[in-house]
Amino acid sequence: MKYIDEYRDEHIVQSLAAQIARRATRPWSVMEICGGQTHTIMKYGLDELIPASIRLVHGPGCPVCVTPLEVVDKAIEIASRADVTFASYGDMLRVPGSHSDLFRVKAAGGDVRIVYSPMDAVKLARTLPKRQVAFFGIGFETTAPPNAMAVWEARREGLDNFSMLVSHVLVPPAIRLLLGSPHNQVQGFIAPGHVCTVMGYWQYEALCRDFHVPIVVGGFEPADLLEAVDMLVGQLEEGRAVVENQYVRSVRYEGNVAAQRIVEQVLEVCDRKWRGIGMIPQSGLRLREEFAAYDAERIFGVGEMTADEPAECISAEVLQGLKRPTDCPVFGAACTPENPMGAPMVSAEGACAAYYHYRRHSFQPSEVS
Amino acid sequence: MREEQRSIAEMVCPAPLPAGDQVLLGHGSGGKLSADLVHDVFLAAFDNPILARMDDQAIVSINGLRLAFTTDTFVVKPLFFPGGDIGSLAVHGTVNDLAMGGAQPLFLSAAFIIEEGLPMETLRRVATSLRQAASQAGVQVVTGDTKVVEKRSGDGLFINTSGIGVVADGVQLSAHRARQGDRVLLSGPIGEHGIAILAKREGIEFDCPLESDSAALHTLVAAMLAASAEIRCLRDPTRGGLSSTLNEFAAQAQVGIEIDERAIPVREEVKGACEMLGLDPLYVANEGKLVAIVAPEAADRVLAAMRRHALGAQAQIIGSVTASHPRLVTMRTTVGPTRIVDMLAGDQLPRIC
Amino acid sequence: MCLAVPGKIIEAEERDGNRIAKVQFGGIARQAFLNFVPEAQVGDYVMVHVGFALSRVDAEEAARTYRLLEDMGLLEEELGGAAQPEPRVP
Repeated sequence: MKYIDEYRDEHIVQSLAAQIARRATRPWSVMEICGGQTHTIMKYGLDELIPASIRLVHGPGCPVCVTPLEVVDKAIEIASRADVTFASYGDMLRVPGSHSDLFRVKAAGGDVRIVYSPMDAVKLARTLPKRQVAFFGIGFETTAPPNAMAVWEARREGLDNFSMLVSHVLVPPAIRLLLGSPHNQVQGFIAPGHVCTVMGYWQYEALCRDFHVPIVVGGFEPADLLEAVDMLVGQLEEGRAVVENQYVRSVRYEGNVAAQRIVEQVLEVCDRKWRGIGMIPQSGLRLREEFAAYDAERIFGVGEMTADEPAECISAEVLQGLKRPTDCPVFGAACTPENPMGAPMVSAEGACAAYYHYRRHSFQPSEVS
Repeated sequence: MREEQRSIAEMVCPAPLPAGDQVLLGHGSGGKLSADLVHDVFLAAFDNPILARMDDQAIVSINGLRLAFTTDTFVVKPLFFPGGDIGSLAVHGTVNDLAMGGAQPLFLSAAFIIEEGLPMETLRRVATSLRQAASQAGVQVVTGDTKVVEKRSGDGLFINTSGIGVVADGVQLSAHRARQGDRVLLSGPIGEHGIAILAKREGIEFDCPLESDSAALHTLVAAMLAASAEIRCLRDPTRGGLSSTLNEFAAQAQVGIEIDERAIPVREEVKGACEMLGLDPLYVANEGKLVAIVAPEAADRVLAAMRRHALGAQAQIIGSVTASHPRLVTMRTTVGPTRIVDMLAGDQLPRIC
Repeated sequence: MCLAVPGKIIEAEERDGNRIAKVQFGGIARQAFLNFVPEAQVGDYVMVHVGFALSRVDAEEAARTYRLLEDMGLLEEELGGAAQPEPRVP
């Protein structure tokens, strides 16, 4: 497949790894922000290819993992209602809520449907006029334009049975929080290539400036990630701290303006709680007031639901890159993909799940730094 | 370092485990949850030496004649899909389970659980399809049963088929025979059936619908057995995909299995669909493929025999059995490093992240 | 996050107020909305996420930067890993 296979070329990947090895004269700690990038790293064993002195830290870029517990509970509550058809991306089905998950709701007879596109949820509303179709609108900036478009389209068609449970999060505020933490050891970032496809990368310049860290926008194939690491190491070795773009085939400085425009029209920035991290101001998106008729929280009256996180799950520290999944005492024992305690074990690209599936036999305890 | 690894794995957590008090859809997906269910509930209840072997069929001996006996229930949704339907699947699935034991399939039973309200036309279509598939496979449906259940408890239609076949003298196929150095052979490209079903069921429309590979494999098996007596075992990678089958082999034989990603055939259509949906072909169901573990000296001969057969034209040697990492399946990735091919916990779901 | 896959636009049309394309991924084709890439034409490659094209693949930039990767790979071969790393060409 064009623009995929050539970035999985073994020769190029090995050459990039060799180049990184030559470039790095000291240990460096870099974070890939996006869970999809974590997935690629684990799936292809890229961290084995780069020198051990380069530590790859897995960041909080998994919107599934960071969806607050109470939002999952709200979804479960709505999906459990007899007159509701609950449409969701597949990722969210197994994420544990306080007492249940969407899969169990489906097992108990709830009408829970997996959709590939938010427009499929709109289609459901169109073709099932007697059902209340609620769509679980999660994601980072990448998914915001499609989700916003669904609401826009529902309004355009005059549908009165479509609503969205919104739980969108924004990347730059999370990175700012991470960088501002006294525990932070990350010296450079691989920015999420598809978020930046939508948003551009101008937002990251302030982070470089304020914290003097290099940031490279990276793609998702093995060659993309290694090239991004190479570019980061290059900057770190030279003491530079600017934003560079590795993912030139998809990302432009200004991003996709048309996509940004629909987001601005339908959604607005708000404070948002991140599961395992806590409240990050101005880090989320919610429906604008004029789209209140499509707000599932209001329609189903679940706005006031709250929840408490279980103490054992160290998702928070894993999500912030402070601990590895293998540092968790319940990893692989009480917490497995079949019995997940926290979202990073369930989500296809949560760090814990990635470690569990791909590397169980070779994990090492993390170095004490 | 080693001590730390062990202790992390063995630590008992004071936190309560989520209750496993309900059977979930994931228990039927062919992966780890399914294996646990069978082990914890059914093996515990029915334990006997034949069952304990956990092959896809039971080989029983009656008056010196060896019979293979198997059963399978088909709950596929949608009932009709590109490349087949529940009727043809019900024949192929059971014929294949018999064939994996080296048996010549002879007779099937067919039991129908029908949801009240199912259109008669649908039932007729399924019955016709089942008959045609049986005829093509050279087997007869000699007995059956019919039950009708209340609306909304049957997904339309469920079919159970059980089958018997004769195993020739000298044919001994079992996962327990696999040993270090054996080669792992795959009869053709993976992922077709599962993607065809998922696409149809979830309404993901592709312009040219992907077809299931549903097929009866017993003549392919016969050709392989004729080529060599050194075939250790056979299995068809249905639910849970190639990964589950390899993991089952590894667990049953207490060996490790190493495969090479570059050797595994995947059609461009399946690849495109998997990339789009975020799925891994290794975990996608097949209904017309088999995996064989073969002695190293016989591997090329068996491969040649497979490739001469229509259903094995794209057969490949994809790996080998090893004594290292027993019970684990590892894969050399296309870019160099090796990773574990784990059993799926539940169903693989399309993802956006 | 954000699984987006590159595909080739093989057809495009206006339907019910939206611009919709048939996009080919490997061996299969599927519908995607082109609302966010109005400039994309038949024959272009686009990155598709949840049924929406989010960017038009810049074929020239992709080719140029990929050539750099290939050259680096060749250099690796010739020098057998003994050389200094290549300076980054922005």
